[in-house]
Amino acid sequence: MRISYAGENAFLLDASSTVFEAGIQARVINAAHALARHTGVRQAIPGVNNLLMVFDSVMHDHREARIWLEDAWYQASSDEPDGRMISIPVTYDSESSEDLKAIAYYCNLTITDIISLHSNASYRVAAVGAMPGFVYLSGLDPQLAIPRRQVPRMAVEKGSVIIGGGNAGVMPCTAPSGWYQLGHTDIALFDHNRNPPCYLEIGDRVRFVNAR
Amino acid sequence: MIEILTSTALNTVQDFGRPQAMAFGVSCGGAMDRAALALGNVLLGNPADAAGIEVAFFPFRIRFLEERSFSITGAQCNASLDNLSLPANWAITAKAGQILTCGALEKGCRVYICLEGGLDVPIVFGARATDLKAALGGYHGRGLQRNDHIPCGPRTLSLPTGGYGLTCPPLLPERGSVTVHALAAAEYHDFTPESRARFFSQPWRITSQANRAGYRLEGDPLRRASDRELFSHGIMPGTVQIPPSGQPIIQLADANTMGGYPKIATVIESDLRLLAQAPIGASVFFHEIDIDAAVQRQRDAVRQFQDNMMKLSELRGSLIPWNQKK
Repeated sequence: MRISYAGENAFLLDASSTVFEAGIQARVINAAHALARHTGVRQAIPGVNNLLMVFDSVMHDHREARIWLEDAWYQASSDEPDGRMISIPVTYDSESSEDLKAIAYYCNLTITDIISLHSNASYRVAAVGAMPGFVYLSGLDPQLAIPRRQVPRMAVEKGSVIIGGGNAGVMPCTAPSGWYQLGHTDIALFDHNRNPPCYLEIGDRVRFVNAR
Repeated sequence: MIEILTSTALNTVQDFGRPQAMAFGVSCGGAMDRAALALGNVLLGNPADAAGIEVAFFPFRIRFLEERSFSITGAQCNASLDNLSLPANWAITAKAGQILTCGALEKGCRVYICLEGGLDVPIVFGARATDLKAALGGYHGRGLQRNDHIPCGPRTLSLPTGGYGLTCPPLLPERGSVTVHALAAAEYHDFTPESRARFFSQPWRITSQANRAGYRLEGDPLRRASDRELFSHGIMPGTVQIPPSGQPIIQLADANTMGGYPKIATVIESDLRLLAQAPIGASVFFHEIDIDAAVQRQRDAVRQFQDNMMKLSELRGSLIPWNQKK
């Protein structure tokens, strides 16, 4: 576990090794919950096997704030949260999809294999961020671990069901992304008029269901 | 109520943003030069974080549809109320029908126009700031366009004829270069000693890929000694990332809340306003600072702002409240 400054008002706790670990992620989420109750903490944002804690360095000594983070980390359990079970219907792209062909080539799988590996796995929301409502889903079959594109696509459409860097996700809005597209869902991941605004929350369990 | 006469879609309503919405993946947002917005508001007796207009593209023109005091702070531009030329960092009362024009920039990049009572647009996740990416907040979640009519909060005070202003406003960076203080970040030691030293010594040019989300810089590329991949992690405005190209990206107000590129340093919060006012083509110098000095600078900035606020509120106390005007 390493703690570094993310500016004078935040610490980044990085507990990652070379591979994603579900136990570490549970601990990150539990530590973030504990920190969120601390009056001196402005934000506790779980990342993928890491945790960003934001505080006010004018009000609080940074040495003291670092101890809050360390204490929360050492006291956090590695028990995974129960989480809701959420199914996301996916219309998978056709055999002619450029992205599916690229994944098939890189992972040495057929397109049928890709779709069945993607829709048979059980995922968990590891982190929410980057874009409004975007989720980093852990649980992707390692056979589908394709690295992100070197040059991101300028516009990946809202609702695109995507994989990249060992994670799965869904585009909450049309935006640039370096991930590969497998299909599409009509579920809106983010709506600022909805309460809560994010369709998926940290700890939720997710399945992708082939809509065909 | 004010009416927009001339604008581009990148001039937006801003306040202090919504850092508490980071957990939803929503950018912190808010004014790029917070000190300028705050001073503009305090000149008018508004709360420091009331919503105003951040003008980054010119010309910008508004018509006052009623009598209303306003202030103009931040970058220096060729500003006038009808034919009256306005000094920088000035507050004055406009009569109904008068037109405020912000013309060519003279120094800095972003002008703030604050209105007495603040701009009265809906609050979304605790803020009125416009988030263009999420299309929320501000005026219908978008930049300002001709014919937009924006309501203002209640009137509070009348200013002396001709208005009043600051004689010693916060400094703006010189045209050619800006120096900001930065604190080493998580992957600082992943870079070669030569690259680390060079990051803090060579000039980095601000490229044309510079907006509210971040600035891409250009210089002799930096090299990492290891190329271990990082998992996605939360990032703060001011984070300086080094993507595989070796050319830095400074993440700013409208940055994504998470990223995966290595981070060499973080620009301290009180210096972000200098970046906000540094134009494309300017050179950025990063000056290394340790945590205690960084906190001290932040504390000094807060104290200086509170002193200014105190002086201004004393000054305003001697002005006549609007409802007691004859």
